[in-house]
Amino acid sequence: MPAISINGTAHEVSVDPDTPLLWVLRDALGMTGTKFGCGIAQCGACTVHVDGQAVRSCQVPVGTVGDSKVVTIEGIGASDPGARVQKAWLDLDVIQCGYCQSGQIMSATALLASTPNPTDADIDGAMAGNICRCGTYVRIREAIKAAAARKTAAKKTADAGEQGAQAHA
Amino acid sequence: MHDTTLTRRNLLRTGAIGGATLLVGVNLRTAAIAAAGPEAGAISGAAFAPDAFIRIGTDGKATLIMPQTEMGQGIYTALAMIIAEELDLPLDGVTLEAAPASDKLYGNPIFVVQATGGSTSVRGYWMPLRKVGASARAMLVQAAARRWGVAPSSCRTEAGRVLHDASQRQATYGELAAAAMRETPPASPVLKDPAQFRLVGHSRHRMDTADKVNGALKYGIDAMPAGVLYASLMSTPVLGGKIAKVDDTKAKALKGVSQVIVLDDMVAVIGETTWAAIQGLAALDVTWNEGPMAAVSTATIRDALHKAAQQDGLVALDQGDALAKLRDGAVITETYELPMLTHAAMEPMNCTVSLKGGKCEVWIGTQVMTMAQRAAAEEAGLAPEQVTVYNHLIGGGFGRRLEVDMVRRAVRIAKHVDGPVKVTWSREEDVAKAPYRSVYAAVLRAKLEGGKPAAWAHKVVGPAVIGRWLPPAFDGKIDMDAVDGATETPYDFPAQHVDFVRHEPQGFVNCFWRGVGPNLNVFATESFIDHMAHEAGTDPLVFRRSLIGKQARARAVLDLAADKAGWGKPLPARSGRGISLQYAFGTYLCTVAEVSVADDGAVRVTRLTTAVDCGTPINPDGIVAQIQGGTLFGLSAALYGEITMANGRVEQSNFNDYRVVRMDETPQIEVHVVPNGEAPGGIGEPGTTSVQGAVANAIYAATGVHLTRMPIDPSLLAKGKGKSGATKA
Repeated sequence: MPAISINGTAHEVSVDPDTPLLWVLRDALGMTGTKFGCGIAQCGACTVHVDGQAVRSCQVPVGTVGDSKVVTIEGIGASDPGARVQKAWLDLDVIQCGYCQSGQIMSATALLASTPNPTDADIDGAMAGNICRCGTYVRIREAIKAAAARKTAAKKTADAGEQGAQAHA
Repeated sequence: MHDTTLTRRNLLRTGAIGGATLLVGVNLRTAAIAAAGPEAGAISGAAFAPDAFIRIGTDGKATLIMPQTEMGQGIYTALAMIIAEELDLPLDGVTLEAAPASDKLYGNPIFVVQATGGSTSVRGYWMPLRKVGASARAMLVQAAARRWGVAPSSCRTEAGRVLHDASQRQATYGELAAAAMRETPPASPVLKDPAQFRLVGHSRHRMDTADKVNGALKYGIDAMPAGVLYASLMSTPVLGGKIAKVDDTKAKALKGVSQVIVLDDMVAVIGETTWAAIQGLAALDVTWNEGPMAAVSTATIRDALHKAAQQDGLVALDQGDALAKLRDGAVITETYELPMLTHAAMEPMNCTVSLKGGKCEVWIGTQVMTMAQRAAAEEAGLAPEQVTVYNHLIGGGFGRRLEVDMVRRAVRIAKHVDGPVKVTWSREEDVAKAPYRSVYAAVLRAKLEGGKPAAWAHKVVGPAVIGRWLPPAFDGKIDMDAVDGATETPYDFPAQHVDFVRHEPQGFVNCFWRGVGPNLNVFATESFIDHMAHEAGTDPLVFRRSLIGKQARARAVLDLAADKAGWGKPLPARSGRGISLQYAFGTYLCTVAEVSVADDGAVRVTRLTTAVDCGTPINPDGIVAQIQGGTLFGLSAALYGEITMANGRVEQSNFNDYRVVRMDETPQIEVHVVPNGEAPGGIGEPGTTSVQGAVANAIYAATGVHLTRMPIDPSLLAKGKGKSGATKA
């Protein structure tokens, strides 16, 4: 199998091409930040980005990845929306057990990348596929808005020619 | 980030390299404080390790040996705040280490065994940890005072330093640690005046989440000891069933499958990835001998429950001659019922085991370290001391990880594998074959006189989970968990009777589930209170107020929640508000639910407003988080939660048919914390137990249908089903 690109690094893997990306990441490459939750695309814990799209890695045969660029939770902080989401998650103390949060953060980051100022309906649409049993949804919604506002505020500040981002989540 | 998989070995290493170190502990049974340094004997155990809870190193940092498991409830932060408060350290001056397995050293003060559950951690450790912190602070002060030749009372502490203002001298805890360990711990340490608290009662960011936003944190399922292989298992689909035969020809031919292990009640496939093992499992042709449980269905389980409910129970509370008063007259009776549930924690069950040379290593996230250790030892045929459990932060416990069935199965598999093996349950295996929260019923009876209950009887019908799980805490008669929330209510009834019918659904392992006993009793009590209010023609809020006597804290949370929820303000047709008030886990809590019911009976919960008085709040924002999450956990149960059986098999398999609340179904949630100086109450469970009653009562108000069974059945709520009169459903 040809190498696959994960977080900007090429990885050689020698598994059956039908193996879902989830298990390649976790078991073959030891990148355990991406979580197994249901195996049938019902919970979103395994969400990663393939060419910027949030996908359930339990449903992506590794043989279909090809030249696409895979980004996982381990690499998401390198992107601007990813870093803003991570910061908002910590600022608002979104997380409880944290097991689903890799997937939540990946879904939220993809949402902000495509929809910089999401409405509640946008958030429902993008996040309803990610289950959290600790029930952190209230804070996830707040944190997505906070992460979006940081960018908006920073942009306004820059537009006004002021120094330093005054935005804070 | 602190290492979350710290082990006894790491503990010793840290101690050995820590240099001069002040160690302070407390005997949780006798409350005696002890202290020592490495010179008093290696902390390897004998001399001091008993009861060691904190260690102050030459860097001035305090390490808290954390006996409780973090599973999202925020206990790492709360207990660290308590110790930092009494020590006068900044919160980031405390680091955390997971305690090794030892009931003797780290047994929960309430359970006595090393277990995290039942909303006991803060309740159990509040005073012991304050005493440890206060003792260490006193010894540091004594050491400084001796060095400076001044009276200890002339010194003070602040932010990790001892200060003598008169001479403008100061020393850091790190500089004093070596000297402090030669001081004698105070016989009765002076605790800080709560008015001086600078951490306790003030919201602080969680200490366990920095590595949860970037995938760095390792849960049990992420353990990867060198050379690990991966296993997937299939256990008997009918409880008690056995394997008749297995054809593994196709499975063994698959790439990546290395081994098929056939045991009497399960089969496991070992592979080079979990996926290979899953594929191998799917390729097996397994024939089962189902056994006697094959005739079990939800109908037979419910029939047995209702039959049991007709018996008289053992008396848990009897005052005011309630039964005599209920012998005749207009007695109102209602039976409330809860279904079987599974926990569906996001981290699927898993356990990684290495068996080699008379030693067993176990990687897991468990709520019960010592039970896990003993279970592994039993299955491996070893002594507990030969088993090392590496505990991890947990991806959701909810009571499921108070069980150790996954340890037993993993060790049984590992006995046949050369090298370490990680056993991961598929979601289907977990949902369809788990130990479950049992069905429960409550029979409520009361008689109204002058618009108030003159007598109140509450019969609890269900298993004695404590009787199985913690036998020493069970007197063989009344299961304290089962009647929790029934014997103690927020109300002053003139006559009250509570009895318990122990009913263990045959063939099941009946286990705890977030909210435990009060899930039934709060739902039943609060539903029946609304039913009474309805019969009396009184507003449910006014009715409750009239029944509260001695418990002013109950009235305060009731009034606050009602006020914040806008109780009494008009709502559209087929919308309603409902109250649930409770005293459980040492905490007073009231939730007001607001619902709208569509013409077809579909229920939408639009708002949950909670007021909570859990005594002294440790981390107020953490309390809010637990109520937000706890109420949503309860809401999933109210709307959807039910495990059903047919032909001995569970009919649910995954999140598609065992539904839980999602983002787009999440109501507006408001939480109001009422601070006071009382002893801290529990906070992980109370939100969960308040939801079923609040939502059922809101539906009662919206439709006139009095629901008596969870989960909500929308078919009972279609337009025209209810009226202003009480329709039983």
